[in-house]
Amino acid sequence: MARVLVGVKRVVDYAVKIRVKPDKSGVVTDGVKHSMNPFDEIAVEEAIRLKEKKFASEVVAVTCGPTQNQETLRTALAMGADRGIHVEIPAADYPKVGPLHVSKILAKLAQKEEAGLIIVGKQAIDDDCNQTAQMTASFLDWPQGTFASELKLEGDKLTVVREIDGGLETIELKMPAVVSADLRLNEPRYATLPNIMKAKKKKVDKLSPSDLGVEIATNIEVLEVSDPPVRDAGMKVENTEELISKLKEAGLV
Amino acid sequence: MKQRPSQTMALISRLSRQVFTRSSTCLLKSSQSCQAQSFSTSKALSMRVPIDDVMLGFTEEQKQLRESVGKFCEEELTPLANEIDSSNDFPQMREFWMKLGNMGLLAITAPESDGGTGLGIFEHCIVMEEMSRSSGAIALSYGAHSNLCVNQIVRHGNDEQKAKYLPKLISGEHVGALAMSEPSSGSDVVSMKLRAEKKGDYYVLNGNKFWITNGPDADTLVVYAKTDMNSKAHGITAFLIERGMDGFSTAQKLDKLGMRGSNTGELVFQDCKVPVKNILGSMNGGVYVLMSGLDLERLVLSAGPLGLMQAAIDTAFPYVHERKQFGQSIGHFQLIQGKMADMYTKLSACRSYMYTVARACDKGHFNNRDCAGVILYAAETATQVCLDGIQLLGGNGYINDYPTGRFLRDAKLYEIGAGTSEVRRWLIGRSFNEMFE
Repeated sequence: MARVLVGVKRVVDYAVKIRVKPDKSGVVTDGVKHSMNPFDEIAVEEAIRLKEKKFASEVVAVTCGPTQNQETLRTALAMGADRGIHVEIPAADYPKVGPLHVSKILAKLAQKEEAGLIIVGKQAIDDDCNQTAQMTASFLDWPQGTFASELKLEGDKLTVVREIDGGLETIELKMPAVVSADLRLNEPRYATLPNIMKAKKKKVDKLSPSDLGVEIATNIEVLEVSDPPVRDAGMKVENTEELISKLKEAGLV
Repeated sequence: MKQRPSQTMALISRLSRQVFTRSSTCLLKSSQSCQAQSFSTSKALSMRVPIDDVMLGFTEEQKQLRESVGKFCEEELTPLANEIDSSNDFPQMREFWMKLGNMGLLAITAPESDGGTGLGIFEHCIVMEEMSRSSGAIALSYGAHSNLCVNQIVRHGNDEQKAKYLPKLISGEHVGALAMSEPSSGSDVVSMKLRAEKKGDYYVLNGNKFWITNGPDADTLVVYAKTDMNSKAHGITAFLIERGMDGFSTAQKLDKLGMRGSNTGELVFQDCKVPVKNILGSMNGGVYVLMSGLDLERLVLSAGPLGLMQAAIDTAFPYVHERKQFGQSIGHFQLIQGKMADMYTKLSACRSYMYTVARACDKGHFNNRDCAGVILYAAETATQVCLDGIQLLGGNGYINDYPTGRFLRDAKLYEIGAGTSEVRRWLIGRSFNEMFE
């Protein structure tokens, strides 16, 4: 039975209205509600289900980030993950961290923990990168099943139904493998009160990126973050003649 | 679609913002992309105004409890709340109760040995507050079940009674209630007339109870009756009544101003035979069962008005930013800011008071003056804050397309139910007078 590693990212909550910092260096995160990336919640749920169905031996949740990421880890533990690993990155260095670093960390941890399966969300709702699963698979030279909407594990054969443009694609992977969770993979459970209390006793290991031989340096410089352009209000027209004349006015036909 | 609708909607709404800003990335496939567009143009989702639990001294687990229960209620209850109110009915109650049981919320304060969660009043208040934020009515039914009924059985039941009644009440299979008031006996509760006469192994109950929360739905009820008509307070005994007992029936479901969908009704006892073993606590000792539960009942229920105030804020504060008059968001007018500040500080004062008293109770320090004080102040403040919520929405606040009217109607109950404001003031005043007599 495989040990499953699940990546969980702490992001600004999906219901929060995003505000850009006045100096355009990023978005406001201070004092803003954060929660687990919704796609990672789906990944955690899938891992727990594998364990409940006795296809997995242990579910280990991993998060990379500052002290507050412990909350995210605790959410994963309260949902049912067995233990957590917090790769602590000081808040000052965190803006430099991207999917490349996280992939290196996950790959190292997978080897260290002898994991048989890594599940992550298909992307985080803050940076929308959609790269971590792919790069992790590449570092490990493992097969990958991205945008999974269904997962079936038999022995070391993993069947993944992928959501692709215009339909579904079913692929078979040989374990160990990396999977990224899409929106329809499952419906994540709520943390129940008894499980929240049990999570308190679960083990969380703290590591630094250097413990894993990963250097936090970046070749990417953020030049500017700005609000999306405001959409202009539409208008209603009475008939096609009016439509054509409006389009002509706007120089579109 | 397997996702819970509101979560999916929120997620899609969030994602759709990104679809529009990053047109090169196709995040949503096929049919979903149309949905994403239609959602993004529909009315903005209500944003829950955050509560500073760190400032309130919550532990990590307590913060997580609010988070988890809040999310559960937001997704499973909020979408139903308006319909529950307008139809005065909650057809999904049984299913919802099972979900509450599964979440471990129906017996928070019961020890683990009784099948409960073994936590404190503090945690019970958090759940009551979050549920009231979604639906005041269903939270009231939850309070009646989990505190009034379950907690009384936990505190006063014998092993046999606990084994018989608690498992199904805790799993959510059964609904619980507690019956005290009668048509002519409200604040003067010990003047009750429901009579229980001993006939062999049975007591025969005759009379009725009125305004009983969960009365029409309950499977297990804690009912107070007079076993000695000659003495007042010391002639009361508590009984465990089951739905379906011979001679026990429920009459009309009441049509209320607020808390609609939390079914309230009349209980009728006509030669109802109740076995002696169904006495809860001691014979003629009902008043102790009754009074000992009241402090905690007041405290847990005061989280109801708290949640309703938060609901008013959750609705009104985002609204004053959306609503533009004279070319700007009305939230930028100082009179509106004054209202926002007043609503928030009043709620914060109530919240601090409640969690302070709850924390003390969990340490074993009970003080009936402050249990009454918390609900007195929270209930009356909630009515005012919910009125302000309506005012901030102006004309929209006065129509039932918006939930602010519901919050007000629900809030008013707490000045009347579980003891009136007048009784609470009397109790507080008396507690000081006793010091000088």
